[in-house]
Amino acid sequence: MKLVTAIIKPHKVDDVKDALKAAGLHGMTVDEVKGFGRQGGKTEIYRGAEYVVDLLPKVKIETVVPDEIAEQVADVIVEAARTGKIGDGKVWISPVEKIIRIRTGELGDEAV
Amino acid sequence: MIASEINSGDTAWMLIATGLVLFMTPGLAFFYGGMVRAKNVLGMLMQNFFAMGLMAIIWVTIAFSLAFGNFGDGGFIGNLDFAWMRNITATTGDEAFALSIPFVLFCAYQMTFAVITPALITGATADRFKFKAYGIFIALWLVLVYAPVAHWVFGGGWLAKLGALDFAGGAVVHINAGAAALAVIIVLGKRKGWPREGMHPHNLPFTLLGTGILWFGWFGFNAGSALGANGIAATALMNTFLAASAGMLGWLLFERIKDGKATTLGAASGAVAGLVAITPCAGFVGGMAPIIIGFLAGVLCVLAIQLKFKFGYDDSLDVIGVHLVGGLVGALLLGFFADAAINPLVENEGLFMGGDAKLLWFQFVASAATMVFSFVVSFIIAKAIDKTIGMRVTEEEENEGLDYSQHAETAYSFGSTGSMDRI
Repeated sequence: MKLVTAIIKPHKVDDVKDALKAAGLHGMTVDEVKGFGRQGGKTEIYRGAEYVVDLLPKVKIETVVPDEIAEQVADVIVEAARTGKIGDGKVWISPVEKIIRIRTGELGDEAV
Repeated sequence: MIASEINSGDTAWMLIATGLVLFMTPGLAFFYGGMVRAKNVLGMLMQNFFAMGLMAIIWVTIAFSLAFGNFGDGGFIGNLDFAWMRNITATTGDEAFALSIPFVLFCAYQMTFAVITPALITGATADRFKFKAYGIFIALWLVLVYAPVAHWVFGGGWLAKLGALDFAGGAVVHINAGAAALAVIIVLGKRKGWPREGMHPHNLPFTLLGTGILWFGWFGFNAGSALGANGIAATALMNTFLAASAGMLGWLLFERIKDGKATTLGAASGAVAGLVAITPCAGFVGGMAPIIIGFLAGVLCVLAIQLKFKFGYDDSLDVIGVHLVGGLVGALLLGFFADAAINPLVENEGLFMGGDAKLLWFQFVASAATMVFSFVVSFIIAKAIDKTIGMRVTEEEENEGLDYSQHAETAYSFGSTGSMDRI
């Protein structure tokens, strides 16, 4: 099993979710996160003082999938999350040692 | 009944009523603000608050005069007698107005209407109206649309002469803003992702808070339109209360039957629908009429808000479904329930009160004229702005949200990870 993790732009969540559903995926976990990368920060203004906000809001998507479709899932995410502008995010795949479905105790691919 | 002396009771009430109506605009801001996504809440609040700034200044410099100059001329638009605060004094003013309060207070009271009417449009245009374009739009709109329509009805213009009735602004405020909203969103287009994406309200407690403020302020809006502390004001207040209550019940009952659950957003929307519908009727009807009017408005508005999905226009927070439709419901039902025993100004009684269809016809003419004029002129203004500076934010700004893209601010900074350095 593999864990596919993606950091994307917040407004792309629905597109990615729909693309994953269309690709036959059964679930994913979403987190609202903050971070910085090449995009850099943005400037906010409060009572005439300007501030650079370094950490921009992003969304982290995680889903555990069988080994053989991990690449394909990553491709689907890349395709759906891309705007072509700086700050689109990243996707990475990492190995998963064990997975258990809590309700039934099923293990491995059955549990995904 | 020409009252040339200032009556202290009337004046005291109208001072308070003015404050009550002004308070409706921040109420509206929160009513709408709760319904948008978190990245657009400041944009929404700002558009409403900004109206309290810009509309007030334009009102006293020119719009009030265009609305109330040449009072009672049966015409189309006023004159410049009151422009630049000229002749707006603390006396009762020109006898034609028959006021028992200072003229300057009358101007201030009407100003609160001029603030909230353009602000109503912001619900339809949520999440995509460029702030600069919004400012220019409402400035032009107040002068070119609101002032003439206010003159037709409140300023003794052609609709008032005709015999159409509008106690507190069913046509001037609600039909007018609703028709304008439709014109503007046709120019603006849909929000990106609508209707596929849900875009559900980010803070319903805000929306309910706003509804409470609107309900409270509406007593000033309707009972204040009696322009005095008298029996008609009291009747209007009771009618306002009952219509809001019945509107809420009508909407909730419909929801409960159709979807199986009564929702808080439904309660808020139903109350507002009832308040909108009673606005033209408030000081002209009595007895059980406000309950019937409010209830019907609640049911008809919950039906009307489905139309946007059918026709594919993005009336984001249902300004057309609630204000245009609710305004029409109230204006037309007045043709059935207007009662001379409640208000001697009722010359032609409603169909159910022993009158003929005359008033209903006048109400239809007034509603249709307001709707067509407002839609056409609003469309021209919006198109002109769109061709020159553009009405809509860029796609990137829309993704980012109005809060940051238009105002360089963030509404909510919870948690301790908001790293920020002063430049």
